[in-house]
Amino acid sequence: MVIAVASGKGGTGKTMVATNLAHLLGNKAQIIDCDVEEPNAHLFLFPVVDKITPVTLPVPEVDLSKCTFCGKCAQVCHYKAIVVVGRQVLTFRELCHGCGGCSLACPEGAIREQPRLLGILEEGRSQNLMYAGGRLRVGEAMSAPLIKAARKLARPDKTVILDAPPGTSCPVIATLKGVDFCLLVTEPTPFGVNDLLLALEVVRSLGLEHGIVINRADLGNGELEKICEEQGLHVLMSIPEDRSIAESYSRGQLITLTHPGYRRAFGKLVESIGKILGKNATKPVTRPQRGLESKTTPAGRKT
Amino acid sequence: MRELLVVSGKGGTGKTTLTACLAALDGQKVIADGDVDAADLFILLKPEIRLRREFKAGYVAFINRETCSRCGACAERCRFEAISEVYEVVPTECEGCGVCARVCPEQAISLQERICGEWYVSETRFGPFVHARLSPGQENSGKLVALVLHQARVLAEEQGIPWLLVDGPPGIGCPVISAMAGAGAVLIVTEPTPSGLHDLRRVAELASHFLLPRAGCINKWDLNPHMTAEIEGFCKDQGIPIVGRIPYDVTVSRSLVARQILQEWAPESAVAREIREMWERLQAFVPEV
Repeated sequence: MVIAVASGKGGTGKTMVATNLAHLLGNKAQIIDCDVEEPNAHLFLFPVVDKITPVTLPVPEVDLSKCTFCGKCAQVCHYKAIVVVGRQVLTFRELCHGCGGCSLACPEGAIREQPRLLGILEEGRSQNLMYAGGRLRVGEAMSAPLIKAARKLARPDKTVILDAPPGTSCPVIATLKGVDFCLLVTEPTPFGVNDLLLALEVVRSLGLEHGIVINRADLGNGELEKICEEQGLHVLMSIPEDRSIAESYSRGQLITLTHPGYRRAFGKLVESIGKILGKNATKPVTRPQRGLESKTTPAGRKT
Repeated sequence: MRELLVVSGKGGTGKTTLTACLAALDGQKVIADGDVDAADLFILLKPEIRLRREFKAGYVAFINRETCSRCGACAERCRFEAISEVYEVVPTECEGCGVCARVCPEQAISLQERICGEWYVSETRFGPFVHARLSPGQENSGKLVALVLHQARVLAEEQGIPWLLVDGPPGIGCPVISAMAGAGAVLIVTEPTPSGLHDLRRVAELASHFLLPRAGCINKWDLNPHMTAEIEGFCKDQGIPIVGRIPYDVTVSRSLVARQILQEWAPESAVAREIREMWERLQAFVPEV
């Protein structure tokens, strides 16, 4: 089972929920940090990393001795990553998406592909919890392929917890696609509400089961709760505004350890997710599952 | 003109709240929201939209089922797993590279322009505001950020407005890189937590790639004075001046819940005073370009 912890808005408590959940499940779980731009789960779990794997993207390198400067490569490139100027070919490695179009188009076979480093994957353990995560190279713009690579580390025998990036664009899609359940962490501010509604659009378009965690719950004026009710959302957990929780977080501590009452609360959260998934497993899925196609794509066809 | 970009690395450290507070302080400015996939600044600025435009960027492949012979050439060449078993394009995976269209022996694949969102030029009580909305789940957020900032710069120049204030996106990926290209200086808003410091290091390194002057602001500094000292130590080593230290105060959250800007809602609060002083320091810090 794969559970993603996402939010739309940043700083609502995704990492706090994901790390506490994973820690509580211990040897039954694996956490994968998919917020590759700013991976933070390790700061609360202190994993021992024993494997590091680079992730690269193939980008063109032109053999000028074979090149006839016909310009076909530049014509086909949609990203302006290769340009022919007189008797020179300029490649802009950082703009390349690695589609392979230029090498396919080159009639002289003058284009070879070289790897560009996107970032690394880290794998290890935090006590009995399996840990994995991606870490984008500073200066690299493309995080989605690294997130996809991180997700491939998911262990089928574990409850996999994904710590998602904020926002609603391609890195979030790469994280959420095909997961069994998405927990949306929000807060009762207008920003929290606005970004929750955006995140819901993404989650619904992917046809994912989902539930809500409200953080800093007593700050609000009831607007968020009203929206949750109108939208038929399952609020699975509420965490009050509490300076002592913020202080624990600021020391890199898990609240299930510093505030033991939360062990029960997170235990209940796991149960609630299980119930939603269990209930729906017994009835046929009638909802359109748009966007889930790649789940059924045969593996190993890519790159 | 002077251009200040507010970033953080970590999300939720207070970029938008702070940007709105700075917007409400003295001086004419153009304001822009560079966080296009979870744009929130409009909630506080309450803009009146004057101009609305579609944002089209990139392409998505479309397979004509009538002429497709299901030969599989497209799926074999696609590196993005964007073509399903039944030869349909998965829009969320398609990068619009056009390789499938070129290898299709039946010419059954065409590329269609992708509508990714909208962008707006608005009026607010503090000055013109350029913002956007990326449709949820879309790509090309970096391009939309670049477009928003370009429009904001043109507007500032045309109207002779001396300041451009930009609320930046979280992270260090494509939208942030887009926002940093062409910025005048960055203000990094962080918080005294392990995540705050970790993410500050990465976004500060990115800003140094762009040779941008960097200033720091520590929000909720008194949550963990020890961590605040550690952040200040890092900033000192890096030559990043700390222009603001904002205490933890639930008044800030309450002003947000009331959809109000703290500078207007509680102008005499300690936080509002600190932000006013920070704005003074930023006047001297952000270079004229």
